[in-house]
Amino acid sequence: MDKAKVSVVVKKYTMVIALILVTLFFTWKTGGKMLLPQNVTNLIAQNAYVFILATGMLLCILTGGNIDLSVGSVVCFVGAVGGSLMVNKHVNTYLAILIMLGVGLLIGAWQGFWIAYVRIPPFIVTLAGMLIFRGLSNVVLDGLTIAPMPDNYLELFNNYVVNPLGGNGINLTCMLAGVLACVIYLVVVFNGRRSRTKKGYETEPMAGVVVKSVIICAVIFAFMFRLAQYKGIPNVLVWVLVVILVYAYITSKTTIGRYFYAVGGNEKATKLSGINTDNVYFMAYLNMGFLSAMAALVTIARLNSANPTAGTNYEMDAIGSCFIGGASAYGGTGTVPGVIIGATLMGVINLGMNIMGVDSNYQKVVKGLVLLAAVIFDVVSKKKSQ
Amino acid sequence: MAKILLEMKNITKTFPGVKALDNVNLKVEEGEIHALVGENGAGKSTLMNVLSGIYPHGSYEGDIIYDGEVCKFNKIKDSESKGIVIIHQELALIPYMTIGENMYLGNEKGKKAAIDWNETYGEADKYLRTVGLQESSRTLIKDIGVGKQQLVEIAKALAKKARLLILDEPTASLNEADSKALLDLMLKFKKEGMTSIIISHKLNEIAYVADKITVIRDGSTIETLDKSKDDISEDRIIKGMVGREMTDRFPKRENTVKPEVLLEVKDWTVHHPLYSERKVCDGVSMKVHKGEVVGIAGLMGAGRTELGMSVFGKSYGSQISGQLYLNGEEVHLNNVRQAIGKKLAYVTEDRKGNGLILSNPIKINTTLANLKAVSSHGVIDRDKEYQAAVEYKEKLNTKCPTVEQNVGNLSGGNQQKVLLAKWMFAQPDVLILDEPTRGIDVGAKYEIYCIINDLVAAGKSVIMISSELPEVLGMSDRIYVMNEGKMVGELRREEASQEVIMARILKSSKGE
Repeated sequence: MDKAKVSVVVKKYTMVIALILVTLFFTWKTGGKMLLPQNVTNLIAQNAYVFILATGMLLCILTGGNIDLSVGSVVCFVGAVGGSLMVNKHVNTYLAILIMLGVGLLIGAWQGFWIAYVRIPPFIVTLAGMLIFRGLSNVVLDGLTIAPMPDNYLELFNNYVVNPLGGNGINLTCMLAGVLACVIYLVVVFNGRRSRTKKGYETEPMAGVVVKSVIICAVIFAFMFRLAQYKGIPNVLVWVLVVILVYAYITSKTTIGRYFYAVGGNEKATKLSGINTDNVYFMAYLNMGFLSAMAALVTIARLNSANPTAGTNYEMDAIGSCFIGGASAYGGTGTVPGVIIGATLMGVINLGMNIMGVDSNYQKVVKGLVLLAAVIFDVVSKKKSQ
Repeated sequence: MAKILLEMKNITKTFPGVKALDNVNLKVEEGEIHALVGENGAGKSTLMNVLSGIYPHGSYEGDIIYDGEVCKFNKIKDSESKGIVIIHQELALIPYMTIGENMYLGNEKGKKAAIDWNETYGEADKYLRTVGLQESSRTLIKDIGVGKQQLVEIAKALAKKARLLILDEPTASLNEADSKALLDLMLKFKKEGMTSIIISHKLNEIAYVADKITVIRDGSTIETLDKSKDDISEDRIIKGMVGREMTDRFPKRENTVKPEVLLEVKDWTVHHPLYSERKVCDGVSMKVHKGEVVGIAGLMGAGRTELGMSVFGKSYGSQISGQLYLNGEEVHLNNVRQAIGKKLAYVTEDRKGNGLILSNPIKINTTLANLKAVSSHGVIDRDKEYQAAVEYKEKLNTKCPTVEQNVGNLSGGNQQKVLLAKWMFAQPDVLILDEPTRGIDVGAKYEIYCIINDLVAAGKSVIMISSELPEVLGMSDRIYVMNEGKMVGELRREEASQEVIMARILKSSKGE
């Protein structure tokens, strides 16, 4: 491979490479503790809310670098509503979940309305939302913590996928799922490639596809192996995967997904192409409300309580993941897989520093620097390409 | 002979791919009013930008000799410190600041850390009286009319101790009375020894104030007329402005005009979206036949773009009234989606700002206005989309390695082709092309003309808005002339010429 090709590859996969390097660094620094089965499982459980929120935040950011500052408070509020319904009022768990999602949608509609149709700047609307919903959480909870959550609720989020296959120290169901995931991935990739070649379209070179597939399958397999060595597939991983896959599909394959990119790329041109840009903004924030409620579900399950300080700074984790994952601060670019990589990178840094016992104040400094570096990289590389 | 205050010698300025100025010479005597005339894009504004240092020394060739010495201006401040002050066509005032604050912006009175507001407002008031304004300098800019804002700009220039005042289309947005007042003010300053350069399309105004007139065409100086020696009638000036040879820069086209009327607009009136008392289109009527290319000629700000956009699903303006007929049936198009649905397309003049998503590939831009065609139930068929983009790329001969290329990396001509492809892909019957060849080279222009010919040959209709008269003349079957929001002429191809069109515009400006 010549130099130019290498630099293209490096540019395309900068964050993946960064993630690998950071993971290796912490593995070395923690003497391998970083990749212990329990820690890998923790990485998922601890960061589930970040994956979910960052996916929603991506849609907001795509529309033109607009962020949602209220998600942390909304998570807390929706959690408070759910907690008081399930624990204090003994409402059926599944009904309570539906109500929580409904509340999330309502909040999204409320903020989306002002942003999209009255054109109040998102920063202001969501800053107001941040205060309003934090305050309301306290009102709902009366300043107290509600705990514990019902067992069947915790079951849904905190447990592990059942393992009918058993296995001695290694969860065979988990391994089987890993193998299946690899097979599905390979089938999708090679089928798509074959049909494209058949129709005479341009395709990536075979060698590149093979290398990429091998790496991805190896990562999936290693990851599932680690999970299998612990307790198997955490339920929350299934929830997160569903969200990621659905949104990856929406953003890359559907017309509505295309509109988010178009509005962020050039709103005037999009409007003149017959697309109702107001509705696009509305959808972004409506959806953010919905996913905030999703994040609230996993958050109160993990904490096994609803408390008035839950969700603090969650918005920053979500926004940071998007920008680290390559979303442009001006809108119009960014992908769900990129954001997931960004969120994972943040999660790995968090986990690694925790295991190393780094002072939590320094942890904040490091995370801040990583975020800044990622955005500087984005802006500078764009300037160069012009 | 009076002293020469300014001499610009052999100025040549090249932009990537275009020679905007080619050996331009300009001599301005002290104490005269010198007019600069030429068509849109002839290079007048570029010349003034060179003079004022917006294009710094070194980015052009030639010399600027001012007050006897060769000047090398690197920024506007440099030229302003010598007393050269330019007042741009678009007013550069900040609405929510006072007149006084605006006048001394970047030039504040007093110390850096402590602005002397008493002196600011005191001085500002003095200059306001000089230009005949009675307003207090503590009034906010947004509270005074456009005419007065223009006078504030002049007061601002005076406050900078201007010796050479350059006015770029100062009366473009003014009404009759305000324009007259402004011109009289210029004459008053002249008596006091001020030197001015005025750029204007309104030849009657130029004849009224100017001592000398320099004509620029296609980036070169054509001639300088002296009021005391030469004939400076409007016909004489127009001849200088447009007197260029018409060669076969336009592909031949068989007559494709069919008798049926595809689009008709009746009594169309559009108000400015912000200043709702201003009419940008005023009782406009027009007809477009099947297979016809209809040109709309006019100067900048004549209301042509506004007409095109307001017809296209009310995408511009407020309080739109009038009737729109498609295929003889009255339609009400309230948004762009409906307009596209009724097979209308508007190809914007501002391809970067309003037309394309520069950060996205050709493929995505091509299908944006008609995603339906490549998707089912909201899911995009990427293969189909790719195929469509390739098909149009080949049809229009867009030069690019692949359709995955970002549009921002293409040349202007190829961007224009992508924009055309986008709208052709929307399968319209009537295409409104706004300045379809602005800023692209001659070869690409010819290709665009060929595409237009293909479109009408296929039974579509084209409304071509263009500021380039030769293009309007060379391509149109019929020509409408617009000025100041009104239709001021309808000409058949045979009877149209640059002189006739210019004369129509200028006559209507005078209110005849």
